Amino acid sequence: MSEDHDHGHHPQPLTPIEERAQALEELLTAKGIVSHEFIDQVVEAYAHDIGPMNGARVVARAWTDPAYKERLLADGTAAIAELGYGGPEGDHIVVVENTPDVHNVVVCTLCSCYPWPVLGLPPNWYKSPPYRARMVREPRALLAEMGCEVPEGVEIRVWDSSAEIRYLVLPERPAGTEDATEDDLAALVSRDAMIGVGRP
Amino acid sequence: MTEIAAEVREMLPRQNGELVFDAPWQGRVLAMAVGVVDSLGLEWDDFRQRLIAAIDADPERPYYESWTVALEGLVDDHLR
Repeated sequence: MSEDHDHGHHPQPLTPIEERAQALEELLTAKGIVSHEFIDQVVEAYAHDIGPMNGARVVARAWTDPAYKERLLADGTAAIAELGYGGPEGDHIVVVENTPDVHNVVVCTLCSCYPWPVLGLPPNWYKSPPYRARMVREPRALLAEMGCEVPEGVEIRVWDSSAEIRYLVLPERPAGTEDATEDDLAALVSRDAMIGVGRP
Repeated sequence: MTEIAAEVREMLPRQNGELVFDAPWQGRVLAMAVGVVDSLGLEWDDFRQRLIAAIDADPERPYYESWTVALEGLVDDHLR
């Protein structure tokens, strides 16, 4: 921690935003709306337990089990729940499939809507004004800048998350993985591929 | 933006090699929004609309500060 110039322990003074967050927590806990423990648990959950490894398992299952893939594309929320994933920002998840002819990419133009149960919390760039504005306006160029070259003949579908729906991209299974186990396959699936800004 | 000593920053949780939260207060306000909506029987969209408005009001404001504005508005309207 920072250096102290006397022998007592002096915590850093709170910044204005930290003071506001603390005031909110004090108010909400005093009124019994949320507990400190609840807040701790939610922070812990999104810091460690809920993240793109969940989505990667969904993708790997879809790649290896055609019947599961069909259910996933028909009702994403229910199929994802089969693997035990659900919760906030996951009430209505739609899975969109990449094919040789179609590349899907997800954005939330107004804020940051994102399928938390399968991807965790969104990265900063996903929430940034340039991403939110440019992905609908010039998806092919922006994707290329982000390292995802989509050939001209491939259609790009941009999904703008609405109040209701959260989207997950089902990437194409890489060639040469016929003998891979489901765990091996899950390890190939990146967070960025499930948003649509990368390939697995 | 909060200044955090480098060694503290190192301890913050990461996924994909990225920080999940840039500072602990961000996780707290995220969790509080989830808890308030659930506890008061609101729709997530009640919070989301406020977040959209807060971002729109000041697009260059850091994301979680807009989040905090939205949460304060929700709390003010429902609890005070």
